Amino acid sequence: MADAALLTLAAERVTGVLGGAGGPDALVARRMQALSLAVHIPIVCFGIAFPAMILFVEGLYLRTGDVTYKALAKRWSKVALTLFAVGVVTGTILSFEFGLLWPDFMATFGEVFGVGFALEGVSFFIEAIFIAIYVYGWDRLSRRAHFLCGIPIVLTGFTGSFWVLGVNAWMNDPTGFGVVDGRVTDPKPWEALLAPNLGHELTHMYLAGYMVAGFVVAGVYATAWLRGRRDLHHRAGLVVALSFAAFAAGAQGLVGDWAGRRVSVSQPVKLAAFEGVQRTQAGAPFTIGGYYDAGRGEVRYGLPIPKMLSVLADHDPNGRVVGLDSVPPADRPPVNVVRISFQTMVAIGSALGLLALLFVVTVVFRRRLPRSPWFYRAVVAAGPLSLVALIAGWIATEVGRQPWIVYGVMRTSEAVTRSDSLEIGFAFLVVVYAGLTVAVAWLLRRLARRPPATELAEPAEAGG
Amino acid sequence: MAEICLALVMVGITAYAVLGGADFGGGFWDLTAGGAERGGRVRGMVQRSMSPVWEANHVWLIFVLVMVWTAFPVAFGSLFSTLAIPLFLAAIGIIFRGTAFALRGHAGTIREARLLGATFALSSVLVPFCFGATIGGIASGRVPVGNQAGDTVGSWLNPTGVLIGVLAVLTGAYLAAVFLAGDSVRAGLPDLARAFRARALGAGVLTGAVALGGLVVLRSDARALFDGLTSGGGLVAVLLSGLAGAVTLGLVATERYGPARWSAAAAVAAITVGWVLAQDPYVLPPRLTLDQAAASDATLTTLVISMAIGALLLVPSLWYLYRLVLQGRLDQDFEPLDQRFRPMSAGDEPEARP
Repeated sequence: MADAALLTLAAERVTGVLGGAGGPDALVARRMQALSLAVHIPIVCFGIAFPAMILFVEGLYLRTGDVTYKALAKRWSKVALTLFAVGVVTGTILSFEFGLLWPDFMATFGEVFGVGFALEGVSFFIEAIFIAIYVYGWDRLSRRAHFLCGIPIVLTGFTGSFWVLGVNAWMNDPTGFGVVDGRVTDPKPWEALLAPNLGHELTHMYLAGYMVAGFVVAGVYATAWLRGRRDLHHRAGLVVALSFAAFAAGAQGLVGDWAGRRVSVSQPVKLAAFEGVQRTQAGAPFTIGGYYDAGRGEVRYGLPIPKMLSVLADHDPNGRVVGLDSVPPADRPPVNVVRISFQTMVAIGSALGLLALLFVVTVVFRRRLPRSPWFYRAVVAAGPLSLVALIAGWIATEVGRQPWIVYGVMRTSEAVTRSDSLEIGFAFLVVVYAGLTVAVAWLLRRLARRPPATELAEPAEAGG
Repeated sequence: MAEICLALVMVGITAYAVLGGADFGGGFWDLTAGGAERGGRVRGMVQRSMSPVWEANHVWLIFVLVMVWTAFPVAFGSLFSTLAIPLFLAAIGIIFRGTAFALRGHAGTIREARLLGATFALSSVLVPFCFGATIGGIASGRVPVGNQAGDTVGSWLNPTGVLIGVLAVLTGAYLAAVFLAGDSVRAGLPDLARAFRARALGAGVLTGAVALGGLVVLRSDARALFDGLTSGGGLVAVLLSGLAGAVTLGLVATERYGPARWSAAAAVAAITVGWVLAQDPYVLPPRLTLDQAAASDATLTTLVISMAIGALLLVPSLWYLYRLVLQGRLDQDFEPLDQRFRPMSAGDEPEARP
């Protein structure tokens, strides 16, 4: 079934309208794109999840009238605005890179998936408008109007990622167009954007956004907690962030299962790369650790759990799992990068799920926060770990898509710009992003060191 | 349908040139404001005016990009690959501009503010120049269809590209001075209003002069574009733009900054229309026409419908933002940038105020 699907795809190969010859630097172009995404995606997580957390805290303020909550929400909203500004510029780079790095991809398929970005643009626009009103509107709008202005930010955090992931899901499972003589015909933008992969990709990423934003913010307050700062401000910051993260971490386990089964249907070779499965087989094992030896065509030094992969992918211990050998070597992704990223994501995700469980169990059954400093140290570590899992997950899915830019239809090497001086741009970008990271870290530290009470004393100051 | 999409792209370019252009112009005045003390008040005003709106203004650029790559994908792929250098520089400039501006609001010392301010201001000049040069490359017919089929340097580093680049910088500066003069009046700061009025008049006259002189450059470097701008609809648009520019000068001279905002925007809109009329029917002159460049009808229809629905949400939101801004409801306290750092008694209280 899966083999047949691949054969059909192979018959539908598209030649780029700009010539489809591509250029010499596909690998450098991929690195540039990957670097830019790796900088942008963590910011997106905050765009997805932080507004809801802020609004929740503002809601606490409106209910209780306790200004501690107001100071916290206001502080967080300034952080959100700063991160949004960084998201604006890094997101702009991404849209430039689509054209700068992949001109033939855009020229050939822009009419198929472009509408998704147009809708994302609308969503982003509304987000920019209301985040400005929200952050600059503290104490200037009525409480009710201010709170209401936060709601579009939460909604657009969702719709924005909806459309972008619609495009990504389409790249991984392309549909909504015909192919005649290697040319794209008859584009159906809606069909393309609501591709079957969208459901799990969107849910997976949306929950990841809550996990990353929640654990990173909780980590900041857990650090303070360990240093003995346990007043209401820090307590609220910790509990709210950790609760959001815990909820998402729990749900993520179920979504992971769903995603795995979808991938086994739509991109069996990717699943094979996740696990280093060489031969198509029934009752495939799930191998933990080790590395894939392409010469031998097997995973060495790993710990196999018999039939586990078939159970995960198919919910059947004897289910058939497609192997890498179902396609020629040129059509396989680089297995070790994909596999190690995938395993890293799963391992960290599971650990975070356990941490979340510990938190929820303690709060629900003991009616108090955990006491062990090790719990708080784990929360501090969970922030960076969740970022690692996030990026690892994206590497697994995007490198796992290779060598295709549009899965089974157009090769990445055919889409890339003919420019042969990408290294210069790449080096430049590395320096710029390093500077950006340092600058933002510097700024957030500076914000964090200000006593919370200053938020209430300075109604006019909203920063950048 | 292709015409509607082209019109939407033009709306986006105009809005970005006016609103985004003015934000870059703010950076230009920041750059030229002089030493930390002398320029502190000007910089404070730029900071205050731009803060709540620059992100929303910037989104117009994204709007233009997504419209072009969806509705005219072949043109997008061709121009981004051939004009990769100015576009990459613009993208880098956008990172520097946005980040430095956002961070300057939190600077703790005058040295930090200076460094961030210089980054913000220099990139505010770089970005509009690069975009102008890009437009120059397209309009002068130097972008052929294909994956980097054109000259990656000569396509933009040429008389037309440089001319339009310089004009883009000057226009932004002009718009910014007009807007900032109005903002200063509203903030009750007559000295700053006078300062920006003088800048607006100077920049306006200079922009007009360069634009007129530039016609000579176009005549020798991009004859087709020159002919388009000096005949038929192109000529009408150019004259209207000049007229709106002159009216703006008059309004600024007589300190009527409210209407001047609109006439300044009209001047930019008219020249955008003039550009498109001058290269009609081509999207990438001298070969790729609008019809050839356009995506299939199904895509264009979907795009137009999506944008119409989007506009239903977007227009009221934008209206609300600009109403709050123009009513001064989102205004921050005015604070000369150098003053903020005066009362630094203790190093751990960076945001102390006078």
